[in-house]
Amino acid sequence: MPEAAKTIEIEVLRYRPQQDSAPVLQSYLVPFTDDMSVLQGLQHIKDYVDGTLSFRWSCRMAICGSCGMMIDGKPKLACQTFLRDYFPHKLRVLALAHCPIEGDLVVAVDDIVAKLESIKPYIVAKEPRTLQQGEYLQTPAQLEQFEQFSSCINCMLCYAACPQYGLDSKFIGPGVLALLHRYNADSRDGARAERMQIVNAEEGVWSCTAVGYCSEVCPKHVDPANAVNQNKVNSAKDYFLRFVAPKGAAK
Amino acid sequence: MNRQAGSARRPYVRPMTGWWRRDPFFVRYMVREVTAVIVALYAIVLMVGAIRLSQGEAAWNGWLEALRSPLSIVVHLVLLAGMIYHTVSWFEIMPKTMPMMFVGGKRIAATTITRVGLAVAALAALALFALAWGLRP
Repeated sequence: MPEAAKTIEIEVLRYRPQQDSAPVLQSYLVPFTDDMSVLQGLQHIKDYVDGTLSFRWSCRMAICGSCGMMIDGKPKLACQTFLRDYFPHKLRVLALAHCPIEGDLVVAVDDIVAKLESIKPYIVAKEPRTLQQGEYLQTPAQLEQFEQFSSCINCMLCYAACPQYGLDSKFIGPGVLALLHRYNADSRDGARAERMQIVNAEEGVWSCTAVGYCSEVCPKHVDPANAVNQNKVNSAKDYFLRFVAPKGAAK
Repeated sequence: MNRQAGSARRPYVRPMTGWWRRDPFFVRYMVREVTAVIVALYAIVLMVGAIRLSQGEAAWNGWLEALRSPLSIVVHLVLLAGMIYHTVSWFEIMPKTMPMMFVGGKRIAATTITRVGLAVAALAALALFALAWGLRP
């Protein structure tokens, strides 16, 4: 590490389930250079100051979605947030809001992963196709319907931005609903009717109150709020069209 | 993942008390929701006017008189501010509530949808104001 001229104070919310009954803030002084991310600051703490600190990370370049945390109150990826932007003030780092804290900056992901599995996040082919029939063709317009929603990296920043999920975790939530829409909006997919049952439920799109912060914090410009609210229209159509076409998925 | 009893896991769930004061974004959201009540209140003011009109000239003139009181003017200024905030914040969120729209094969940008919405709202308000001005006794 090059000689660091500056030192920044990082407050980290610690929670060690073996010894703490509730999370407590712990302060660290970290020497830093202008090119250091918050993640590198935490790595400095773990390597040189306090090896007991827990946090998740992997790629260091905003594509794995592992290092989401609350940095000075905002849900951010630690790898693309820079210490220089907080200096000379201190910064406070907390585990992602609205998720249970497993330990320190690590959150429990069981709930969100189970929800992700429940929406069948893969293309369910409309009809069986033989090799001779060739590949599925798609127009640029059909691609555009789902492309932005396929950029999700499951970093869960949108969940930390969603008060409705924080207030009631039964809500499927922004990220998973955006991925659900990604597959429903794909012209190759045939599982829309099944997924609409999740969309139509109380804990589906109707738990969303259009706060819109999920889209604001998304590091991949997925715009989950748009996916969720487009599906309020789809859900309403699904509900009313059953009177016309009784085979609709609404129950 | 260990979900069995006797697990060493002890996930800590943080309380949500005062959540909307945590981030300025949430405060703006709450103001948008509260100003929806203001829109409803103004609808009630107008509805009372319609009811008084149906009750005859004296009742109608009494309602007009009540509107001219200083208290009513202050209330109307507050209602106007609330209405304007609600209009702006609603058109800000509107692009999120709509399916993708394309013109000539190009997707319409969110900012365009917001600007068109605001322009239509402003024009409608001006047209209504001009109409009311033109119909003055």
